[in-house]
Amino acid sequence: MSAHPSVAIPDAAVPGGLEAQALAEAEAQYAALRTTMRTQRIQDFIFHKVTLVFAASVLLVLMGIIVSLMIGAAPAFKAFGPGFITTVEWDPVNENFGAAIAIVGTLATSVIALLLAFPISFGIALFLTEICPVWLRRPMGMAVELLAGVPSIIYGMWGFFVFAPMFADHVQPFLKSTLGTLPIIGQLFSGPMMGIGILTAGLILAVMIIPFISSVMRDVFEVVPQVLKESAYGLGCTKWEVVRKIVLPYTRTGVVGGVMLGLGRALGETMAVTFVIGNANKLSWSLFAAGNSISSTLANEFAEASTPLHVSSLFALALILFAITFVVLSAAKLMLAGMSRKEGTK
Amino acid sequence: MNDAVVKAANPAAHPVINPVYRKRLLMHRFGIVLSVLAMTFGLAVLLWILGTLLVKGVGGLSVAMFAHDTLAPGSEGGGLRNAIVGSLMMVGLSTLISTPIGILAGVYLAEYGERNKFAQVTRFVTDIMLSAPSIVIGLFVYALYVAKVGHFSGYAGTIALSLIAVPVVVRTTDNMLRLVPNSLLEAAFALGAPRWKVSTLVRLRAVKAGVVTGVLLALARIAGETAPLLFTALNNQFFSADMNAPLANLPVVIYQFAMSPYDDWRALAWGGALLVTFSVLLLNILSRTVFSQKTPT
Repeated sequence: MSAHPSVAIPDAAVPGGLEAQALAEAEAQYAALRTTMRTQRIQDFIFHKVTLVFAASVLLVLMGIIVSLMIGAAPAFKAFGPGFITTVEWDPVNENFGAAIAIVGTLATSVIALLLAFPISFGIALFLTEICPVWLRRPMGMAVELLAGVPSIIYGMWGFFVFAPMFADHVQPFLKSTLGTLPIIGQLFSGPMMGIGILTAGLILAVMIIPFISSVMRDVFEVVPQVLKESAYGLGCTKWEVVRKIVLPYTRTGVVGGVMLGLGRALGETMAVTFVIGNANKLSWSLFAAGNSISSTLANEFAEASTPLHVSSLFALALILFAITFVVLSAAKLMLAGMSRKEGTK
Repeated sequence: MNDAVVKAANPAAHPVINPVYRKRLLMHRFGIVLSVLAMTFGLAVLLWILGTLLVKGVGGLSVAMFAHDTLAPGSEGGGLRNAIVGSLMMVGLSTLISTPIGILAGVYLAEYGERNKFAQVTRFVTDIMLSAPSIVIGLFVYALYVAKVGHFSGYAGTIALSLIAVPVVVRTTDNMLRLVPNSLLEAAFALGAPRWKVSTLVRLRAVKAGVVTGVLLALARIAGETAPLLFTALNNQFFSADMNAPLANLPVVIYQFAMSPYDDWRALAWGGALLVTFSVLLLNILSRTVFSQKTPT
């Protein structure tokens, strides 16, 4: 403060003049400060509002998506009623549309993907957090993340040109001769072995969602307090027992959240599925048979759809897909939010 | 110590002899082996895909691919020049659009989002949009823009890609900004700096590298996106730099050529696939190594 000239002690010998001058100076400075503060307050206000607008734009887009899908889907729901969802028919020529084939295809491929991806992702997360030597963790973790970076269309090409032929020649005959002979689940593994179909799509999806599930699992595994694990080791538990009885129970919601996140990804995956699912609008008990998912129907037909009812039915499919993924992803997010609260209290 | 001596002296106490312990040990080894197998599986698939791309793609990769445009089937010596240029234009413009939007929204969430219902909802929605089906975004842009304007265009593709990129940038910016230590911000406030200055010149600057990571990740994400471009940018067989008309782009050309029955088209598709994948993976690696920043100092 002493560096400030205006607050220097006024000369006692000449009270009137100097004191008044100092006072005026101080007032001027105060006024200047007030102006600065006012402009800063206005700037801050503008800054707040501008960033707010951009944040709100994200919400606006979501609402826009929901509203535009609803408007697009309205004619189809008006024409077919709620039965649209359960009708097993997709006939663009006769203008008869129902969503059941695509919904079943979407759910079947995603469930197959989850059944396979869950144990493998768990193994990878376990490897990365508990088994892998520390110096290898980063490169290994990055390799798995690269799997998530490979574009969807590349999975499709690889699945169609490389994986499917191999699958048809070697794996499908094997599945047919073993699982196919069982009484009830046998019909799942019967039919022509073309390589492409529901099962292949599920397998490719599994590979695509493994990186997402395993990275969430790895993150939640790292949340487990070291003390808990060390106590278990101190009691003589093996690594496997620590994982099964300490890490997994502690991270249960997080693990389920990760799986749901993977499910959300699998449901909406488009290009890879379009390549390998076979694009046939029929339902079959056989997993070898060609089918269609919501996203592959959209990718195949939307650009060529000519009649308004066809377009609207596709919008209705998209609305159903968006609704399902929205619910699944919300559940995943809520579970993972519970997990990160746990992290805060450790 | 000699194992045999210990076993002989007290067989029950020795871990390997104890049947309960043997079972537990077996279980443990079984678990470890499965875990290592899972990891091997992941790596094997990655190598298998990359290997396939190299083997099939190197043949299609040539100077002609960059020098010539896509041609009708049967004609000799087509390339992917128009598609590469179109993709670069759309991805570049989307990055330019989504970076400021994403960063500002991220700044809002980090700056004003502590105990704020609106910010919490926005954060939640951003996370959902991050994994939302990209084909639905394409459909949305179709309904909102293409159907209104009446034709497919590069702009529509750009809008779709931007919508996909924004949540990625928002998310990383928000996460990075929240890592900045409070003491740094308090020091700036104590100097009398207004909030917008603290937030941009101090807080944002401290996590510059992290924000760049987010932008690169967004870039990597949209560079390979195909589904949202199918009904927005569509495709164009000829070279065009007109963003207001259907624009050729690498992913859609790869899709159409791969599905075609012509061998030279398929070879080009593999060449393009190699190009796209390795650029995307390179971006991924770059963002995670060069610009990676765990905690700002």
